Amino acid sequence: MYRYNDFDERFVRERVAQFRAQVARRVDGSLTEDEFRPLRLMNGLYLQLHAYMLRVAVPYGTLNPTQMRQLAMIADRWDKGYGHFTTRQNIQFNWPELKDVPDILSALADVEMHAIQTSGNTIRNVTADHFAGAAADEIADPRPIAELLRQWSTDHPEFQFLPRKFKIAVTGSPSDRAVTRAHDIGLRMVRNDAGDAGFEVIVGGGLGRTPMIGKVIADFVRQADLLPYVEAVVSVWNLLGRRDNKYKARLKITVHEHGIEEIQRLVDERFRTIQGDFSGIDQEFLAEIEHAFRAPAFFVKSTDAYEAARLANPAFRSWADTNLAQHRAPGYAIVSISLKKHGATPGDASSAQMRIMADLAERYGHSELRVSHEQNIVLPHVHRSDLPALYQTLQVANLATANIGLISDIIACPGMDYCALATARSIPIAQEIATRFDELKLEHDIGPLKIKISGCINACGHHHVGHIGILGLDRAGVENYQITLGGDHTETAVIGERAGPGFSADDIVPAIERLVLGYLDLRQAADETFLETYRRLGATPFKTLLYPSEETANAA
Amino acid sequence: MNRAFHPKVITGNALIAGDAVWLTPDDRWSRDMADAELIDDEAHADIRLIEAQRRSGEVVGVYLVDAKAGRNGPAPVHFRETFRTRGPSNYPHGKQVEA
Repeated sequence: MYRYNDFDERFVRERVAQFRAQVARRVDGSLTEDEFRPLRLMNGLYLQLHAYMLRVAVPYGTLNPTQMRQLAMIADRWDKGYGHFTTRQNIQFNWPELKDVPDILSALADVEMHAIQTSGNTIRNVTADHFAGAAADEIADPRPIAELLRQWSTDHPEFQFLPRKFKIAVTGSPSDRAVTRAHDIGLRMVRNDAGDAGFEVIVGGGLGRTPMIGKVIADFVRQADLLPYVEAVVSVWNLLGRRDNKYKARLKITVHEHGIEEIQRLVDERFRTIQGDFSGIDQEFLAEIEHAFRAPAFFVKSTDAYEAARLANPAFRSWADTNLAQHRAPGYAIVSISLKKHGATPGDASSAQMRIMADLAERYGHSELRVSHEQNIVLPHVHRSDLPALYQTLQVANLATANIGLISDIIACPGMDYCALATARSIPIAQEIATRFDELKLEHDIGPLKIKISGCINACGHHHVGHIGILGLDRAGVENYQITLGGDHTETAVIGERAGPGFSADDIVPAIERLVLGYLDLRQAADETFLETYRRLGATPFKTLLYPSEETANAA
Repeated sequence: MNRAFHPKVITGNALIAGDAVWLTPDDRWSRDMADAELIDDEAHADIRLIEAQRRSGEVVGVYLVDAKAGRNGPAPVHFRETFRTRGPSNYPHGKQVEA
């Protein structure tokens, strides 16, 4: 993976020193909170309901074991012994004290990490396919481009005071695991007719209070033109974006208001203006970065031990069937480690678990870890012969839950258990749904099903693109949960449709149970997924499941 | 006195620790909402808020919020404020386990 050069190192260290001085000036009264707030947000420090929260960037979700161990150390030394992995592939610490944050940032800098641009109206952490560099269906590893974008966007002088935050996601694969259609800019690697790799550029996607699926602004941008093209998009939006109204400031609204054709025209014009300034130096950097991301030296060895373990141990087989994905190298698998044990908080890992995952990555995984936007940890390169031993260690650490892609693999934002913006809690709903379906012993029978929960309309929990989305709201001083149906976060992205009136905290889990058990009766065959059944039948039968009494009332 | 005025307390988060605090009648910031000053006069509330906001060296994000008289002192009205007196529901962290 990419290692900091002298410039990166100096820049991050300088920012830590600056922030240390800023905290000192805040504490001694030289800075007011109004003056200090933008400075702390530039360094990822929020104030939440019960404490400060530090959001640490995990660029394109890639970590090495040393970094993971340092996150564990930070959790133990300055927090409460755990961290929360987020839908933007970052990690959040929920309990740091202000006085300790400069030391935390310094500890992050020791392992080439930081919290810069994880907040504020800037270009945020660039996210990527969590299977990047490993997926069997990939054209090329998208992370070199993500790293190039990270270097370009970090402290970019033109883009430090954008109309609003700006999010970029990249995938190198036709299967979209990076939710590219719900980002300000989504980049999908494609090949043109000549067979050259380039990017389809999607703009103006986003969730939040005005959910929009992104629109294709360019079918094919050559890799060499990508940086000036992306800069042109941000530049055009930087001038047009609605600074008068924060709810209309995101690029999705700009595209909606001006139309994709007009935005396309302006971007092309801007692109032609700035293209010449990119002397090709970015491509020289890119070549170096690509070298840093070269694939590990994959072993060639027998997978007999794996096949034997599958036959001998049904629990291992179940886990392997659920948590492994196809790797591009023969004999290898991509391992998803579930941070969704039934009843646990989605996305949370204890410091002990972080250390175990770091050890496993080092021993069996070519020293790579990934954070997925689905709030799990991925070991992208594991030889199948090592899986039985790896599984045993995961079991001891409560990390062997066989539920990837199933109903209990729920995305949930922190919600009102932590977040100052939340209108209701998310975590307890996720815990209850997972626990309930574990009791029913039905989740493997139900099959692939994405439940995504947000505790407010800002939609950090991606509820709009969940097959079943749950949105927590405050209705007259009581927590209330609205259901959306039929959302899809992949290359066939769709915003889910609101099912009807919301449910109380007590009624939401029984409602989900009715819905899912009802689906089992509606599906044509055991392999027709919830989403496929929904697409075949439409919303009506599902609404009937959710609101049975209304159906009776209407019939009467 | 304004007929529609609902009793309130003044709250915010401690500057260093970040945890929820409430303004007491004797001008302290208490980590226990029961110690808070329950204000039932709008004009007095406005003055107390201005005074509280001046103390930015101690607290962050000061605001007035509805409260009611409870058995031991002021108690929350809205569930958000209840969570602030308690901590998160997924772990025994925060005020629910702090003495």
